[in-house]
Amino acid sequence: MRVRVLLFAAYRELAGARETDVELPPGATVGALVATLRQRWPALPADAAVAVDREFAPRDRALHDGCEAALIPPVSGG
Amino acid sequence: MADDVRLGTEPLHAEELLATFRAGPDGAQVLFSGITRDHFEGRRVRFLEYEAYLPMAEAKLREVLDEARRRFGLGTAAVRHRIGRVPIGETSLLVAVSAPHRAAALEAAGFVVDRIKECVPIWKREHFDDSSSAWVEGKLKP
Repeated sequence: MRVRVLLFAAYRELAGARETDVELPPGATVGALVATLRQRWPALPADAAVAVDREFAPRDRALHDGCEAALIPPVSGG
Repeated sequence: MADDVRLGTEPLHAEELLATFRAGPDGAQVLFSGITRDHFEGRRVRFLEYEAYLPMAEAKLREVLDEARRRFGLGTAAVRHRIGRVPIGETSLLVAVSAPHRAAALEAAGFVVDRIKECVPIWKREHFDDSSSAWVEGKLKP
C-alpha cells in the first residue's frame, strides 16, 4: 500500500523534502512507517510525533492505503 | 455555528476582530493578542516566520475551542493566527472568547492560548540579526 507523507518545519529541512510517498506492506503501522523514513533520513528523531489523516496517532496505529501521514516536530505557534 | 478560526498571511488587527465579535448574552469578553518579540535568549531577532499544517491546524484549533466550551462554558470564540513572515512588534495570534462571567472568560482565554502552544501544528522560525535562523523547539502535548 502507498502512504503519502508530509514533512514540516525542522523535519522538512533535515529531509530536504516537503512530501514523499512510501510503499509499505498492508496493515503496516505508524511505527513501521517511521522506521522506513529513518532508513532514508537517519537524522529524523525516532520519537517524532506522527499524525494520520490529520489526527495524532500512536505507534501501533495501522495505516491504510492512500492515507496521509505527517511528521510533526514539537510545535511552537503563538 | 462553527467557531470562527482562520490562519493566513494577512496582518492581524485586534480592532477588526472585535468589531465583528458578538458576545451575545455573555457578561465577559477577553481578547488575547500575541505580539512578535525582538529578542530570544539574549539574541536580537529581526523577524519571525510561521509555518503550519493548515488543515490539521484548523481542525485542532476547533478541538481546542470545543474543549474550552466543555470546561468553561465558553460562548463565542474566534482565533486568528498569522502564517509566513511576520515583522517584529506585529500581532501573530488573536484569541477572543466570551463567557457568562469574567473568571470563566479569563480562564478559557488562557487555556486556549496554552493549548495552541502545545498541540496545534504551527511552527515559528526566528531570524536573528547575524542572518542565522532557527526553528523554535516547543513542546508537543497532543
